[in-house]
Amino acid sequence: MEERTIRWRRTAGLIAAIALIAAACGGGGGSAEPAESTAPGASAASAEPGASAEPGASEATGGFACEELGGEVTVYATWTGAEQDNFDAMMAPWLECTGTTMNYTGQRDLAGALTAAIAGGNLPDVAGLPGPGLMQQWYADGTLLPLDFVDFAAYEAATPPGFAALGKAPDGKLAGIFTKGAVKGLIWYNTGVWTGGAPASWDELKTAAAAALTGDEKTWCIGVESGGDSGWPGTDWIEDIVLRQAGTAVYDGWVAGTTPWTDPAIKAAFQEFGTAVENAYGGSDYVNATAFGKAANPMFTDPPGCLFHHQASFITTFFESEAGATADQFDFFPFPDIDPANSGVTGGGDLFGMFNDTPQAQSMIQYLLTPEAQQIWVEKGGFISANKNVPLEAYPDEVSRKSAEILANAETFRFDAGDLMPSALSAAFFDAIVSYVDNPAELDAILADLEAESVDSRQQ
Amino acid sequence: MFDALLDNKLLAAIVVIVAVPLVLIGYILLVEAVLRRAPRRWAPGLRPWLWLAPALTFLGVFLVYPTIATIIRSFQNRRGNDFVGLDNYAWFFSQNDTLIALRNNVLWVILLPLLVVGLGLLVAVLVDRVRYESTVKSIIFLPLAISFVAAAVIWRFMYELDPNIGTMNAIVTAAGGDPVAWLIEQPWNNLFLILVGVWLLTGFAMVILSAGLKGISAELLEAARVDGANELQVFRRIVLPLLAPTIAVVATTVIIYALKTFDVVYTMTNGNFDTNVIANLMYQELFVGGQPGRSAAIAVILFLAIVPVMYVNIQRFRQQEAIR
Repeated sequence: MEERTIRWRRTAGLIAAIALIAAACGGGGGSAEPAESTAPGASAASAEPGASAEPGASEATGGFACEELGGEVTVYATWTGAEQDNFDAMMAPWLECTGTTMNYTGQRDLAGALTAAIAGGNLPDVAGLPGPGLMQQWYADGTLLPLDFVDFAAYEAATPPGFAALGKAPDGKLAGIFTKGAVKGLIWYNTGVWTGGAPASWDELKTAAAAALTGDEKTWCIGVESGGDSGWPGTDWIEDIVLRQAGTAVYDGWVAGTTPWTDPAIKAAFQEFGTAVENAYGGSDYVNATAFGKAANPMFTDPPGCLFHHQASFITTFFESEAGATADQFDFFPFPDIDPANSGVTGGGDLFGMFNDTPQAQSMIQYLLTPEAQQIWVEKGGFISANKNVPLEAYPDEVSRKSAEILANAETFRFDAGDLMPSALSAAFFDAIVSYVDNPAELDAILADLEAESVDSRQQ
Repeated sequence: MFDALLDNKLLAAIVVIVAVPLVLIGYILLVEAVLRRAPRRWAPGLRPWLWLAPALTFLGVFLVYPTIATIIRSFQNRRGNDFVGLDNYAWFFSQNDTLIALRNNVLWVILLPLLVVGLGLLVAVLVDRVRYESTVKSIIFLPLAISFVAAAVIWRFMYELDPNIGTMNAIVTAAGGDPVAWLIEQPWNNLFLILVGVWLLTGFAMVILSAGLKGISAELLEAARVDGANELQVFRRIVLPLLAPTIAVVATTVIIYALKTFDVVYTMTNGNFDTNVIANLMYQELFVGGQPGRSAAIAVILFLAIVPVMYVNIQRFRQQEAIR
């Protein structure tokens, strides 16, 4: 659903991965998963949306025209299971009209799989990319190829301000495209518990919450455990606070490494998060030991353990599967402004890039950008399109429609800071959250370590 | 054409199974044919080298070359286009978190063999002459069939904070205590990680030590008892010295496991809460940090740490061979 989900899937899929590893040892290789949709007739489910992806149907996409290509295209992406079925459904019209065969491999650990593929020289033609940081690195290495054939002006006009440009390399060429977008910093509540609506400001939220608390209830439900990526839910907190408290200039400087981690604005953001942890259900060990997918469970118990949960839009799946909540039991409001001068939206997105320049790969990239293609997945749920031309009515549920609306109307959009930083720093940021929750008194040392890592990881 | 062959996996498998031995047999026939033509004087000296050549080639390509390449890489910068001297090693010995990883590896190297050999020996001795010996041994041996990753996943559930899921906390809360965050409480969390290794490897130590125990002749023990030694004295003065070589082999094997330990830490904490170890650090530097130079330096340090243990192991092996 967005960047973060890649991480949880990586962890959540660990058990499955073990089974897969065992199976793969016998099956002998990377492309063990068959691309079901390549079989003729497998596209029955998508026959209807497929009709809208006919050649020349789109004006806003600049350049996708269906032609008979044949041949094959190898694709790596993170999606497996139901999400892979949705991806297959999205690809089916393209496969049908180009006559191309797709060899799809779902890799939960996409960064690891692509690092290994690059080292081994056995690259997929098209691949989902783990984030802008690795995209830049691979583009600089020359493994990821420029997407000169994409009509950038049309693509940029169809996406939120500043979004499309994140796929550009320093040389001004496009290296990755966004298909899926995600809105972060949503504050979820149980509709049966919180009836106060959306607070106008962060301070108002805190006072209203304090007044509404009863018994042992806490303001927040927080859980940052996520296997090897433990800590990431906290990084979203920090990012939301930095953007709304200190503004875009500090945020951009922080991402670029010009605003140091030891800057008072960053420290203040950590402390604000620390205050939330102090007011969180279960205390700091609970926060560190609780998987992010289960973190919101106490929100739905009776009596409730907390009022709010801060997470991106994908979390609704977990409300239903982990807490047993139904769709009418939860709703959200956007993270309120802390300083009214600094309103904004943080978010993420899934990137695609091209490693081998083949006609099939070019055509596939063009196709993925079309609103018609994205609409197929949007209608199946769990996908917020980065393309404004996908009609809001296409979204199957209220939560994703509201998220899409926030994304489409954002005036200030900032990409998840951790995902834009060098990968070593991003990983250190995750660990820093865990350390800070565990030991808030060490904040200065933690920030100094992060600054050292920031300087170090930006050196070549 | 070669690609098409590889795509047909069954065909490729058959080719490998049939063709590889054929090539080797062909090579041996070729060597003999060449030696027949070679001057009589050279043939005996040449033969072993020619016979060994395929094995030496494989060893060179897959073991010696990567080792040398890794050592060279450890003196290079991140991109691998410039030599930076000992910078990567200096980095390793100057960072807080690398030193913590080093400390944790020392803990692993001391505690894992101690507990594994101790418990393995205890079980082997205690069940040696009881009726249900094979049942007990089977149960203790069973975890060895599980991979380290699977064991780590199992123990993540065991240590889970929620007493409805975590067995350990179910016991603690049943006894009236508060749930413990086993993997977070420092420095004890390292011990709880090591216990996963102990759970896995005790069976291995037990089986080998038990076999060694069976190899001690009954007459010897009988003679000691006739001479008035009690069971404890028999164990300390007869059994233990005779088992010493076996214990040494098991201990060195477990020490190597401890030095290389990765899966348990990666799966359970990924090095958070001060539980990192060298092998996980090596992985993180390469795959997360994109620092092949530092990663290579860590690999070399790990390699150097294992060499003495291997040396002792080989010495032991040679001594035993000499006795036979």
